[in-house]
Amino acid sequence: MSDRKTLQVKQISGHSGAAPGFGTQRDLEVCKLVDTTICIGCKACEVACVEWNDMPFSPTTFDNTYQTMPETRWNFWNLIKFNEHQKEDGTIQWLMRKDQCMHCADPGCLRACPADGAIVQYANGIVDFQQENCIGCEFCVSGCPYNIPRFNPATKTVYKCTLCSDRVGQGLEPACIKACPTGCLKFGTKDDMKYVAEERAKQLRENFGFEKAGVYDPQSIGGTHVIYVLHDATDPERYGGLPKDPQIPWAYTVWKWLAKPVLGTFALFGLLGVCLHYVTVGPRRAQPQPPRKEDGHGQRG
Amino acid sequence: MASAVERFDDKARQTFDRFGRTETYQGELLRHPVYTRFLHWMVALFFFLALFSGFGIYLPWLFRWFTPVFGGGPLARAMHPWFGLGFVVFFALQMLNWLNPMKWTQADTKWMRNIKSVISSQDELEPPDTGFFNGGQKVQFWEIVAGCVVYLVTGIILWAGARTFGRWPVAISYVLHDISALIMLGGIFIHIYLSTIGEPGTFQAMTRGAVSEAWAWTFHPAWYKEVTGRDPRQACEEARRRGEFAER
Repeated sequence: MSDRKTLQVKQISGHSGAAPGFGTQRDLEVCKLVDTTICIGCKACEVACVEWNDMPFSPTTFDNTYQTMPETRWNFWNLIKFNEHQKEDGTIQWLMRKDQCMHCADPGCLRACPADGAIVQYANGIVDFQQENCIGCEFCVSGCPYNIPRFNPATKTVYKCTLCSDRVGQGLEPACIKACPTGCLKFGTKDDMKYVAEERAKQLRENFGFEKAGVYDPQSIGGTHVIYVLHDATDPERYGGLPKDPQIPWAYTVWKWLAKPVLGTFALFGLLGVCLHYVTVGPRRAQPQPPRKEDGHGQRG
Repeated sequence: MASAVERFDDKARQTFDRFGRTETYQGELLRHPVYTRFLHWMVALFFFLALFSGFGIYLPWLFRWFTPVFGGGPLARAMHPWFGLGFVVFFALQMLNWLNPMKWTQADTKWMRNIKSVISSQDELEPPDTGFFNGGQKVQFWEIVAGCVVYLVTGIILWAGARTFGRWPVAISYVLHDISALIMLGGIFIHIYLSTIGEPGTFQAMTRGAVSEAWAWTFHPAWYKEVTGRDPRQACEEARRRGEFAER
């Protein structure tokens, strides 16, 4: 939260009411654009991410693909997912997608998180985990449609891509963007990136024969602050399991924000009930009890 | 099966009676042997550990002042499943221990229909067919049995997490786990109240293991008749005539 202009807090998990100071400045949503059609799978972004975030080198897992490891880790937030997709005519399309936190406009992790201040969404769209407030319950994992949050058993807290909020807060682009040699990764305002992405998709459709080319910016979660240009936007699943219609479980909307505080209050009625019983009806005593004095008050024991 | 459980319970009661003492004085009856009391307090210990560490997961913003008792939020979260497991294990033993006295009978149905007059304390003595446990106690007992099943199933799903069981099972388990906890939280107030100031003389049943005869013929007349062979109402009247009043 170093820079007031871009890292303005928009929402805080487990916190009722508005975030202080929100809405007093011009809204500037940031966005990362990943053009999967010109990614060459060089993994410079993976290295840049590990370098910038000062994460220890971790052994990789070889699974007969070019992929560094099967999925992201708590200290490896940025992974190029490789997939050999067989087209209808029998030819192979080698797909590469940079997998990382999507920084959803409606973040499922933030909705699921019960801890005050463990997940914040900045006004610029970045969703950031604050590990000092995290309790490690991992509900965020079930809230996330992209399977992104990762538990660190050593600290018992959860980590994920920060969209380099520390760099963005200082007016710099994220580390992965800086490292990308092909221009596959771009960074700017959401409006600009959406425009560039749509132009590129149009170019792919009209000039390169990818009739189904399009932009991945799912509206079921209000859009994301990482968007993709795909050769075939009708089937994002083939890009390493990108969900076509990402959803947040209803349990986190209905239960957490409505029923949980209400029913929690009801449980306290048990306490209220027994207190009222004690002062109105009073305790039941083992019998026989000595006869009451005539001038005594009240009806029973 | 049933006899195997009984043999196990008998063995456990004998073993625990060798280590713990239960002293019953004149005018008193043995209510709970050492084994039962041990299980009860282990269940209570783990219940409150799980409850208080659970508070820190349920509403961290409200209980963040309290979670440092468990070493902070992440550690409270890490220990909560183990506390819960302790609770379920000891309650499972208690369930086996109490299978017989907790069997639902006609008298319990009658007792539950009559619950209004119990709450308003209209009758000085319980109905004569109220046995070792009354209907309300049995309802709470079986609620905890059901709650433990819910805790165990949903708890394992939450423990292993979305990466093992998938997102939706976790999200739904989270709701069921919470609802089960809220029901028990409501119930524990009633349980503590009735066993202490709500019905004086009850608490010693779980500490010393013995209760007064007056307590027995007042709250569990059929059990009193079973162990003494005397009519509870008559015994109460005789005590009244002799001027032997129960402790207040």
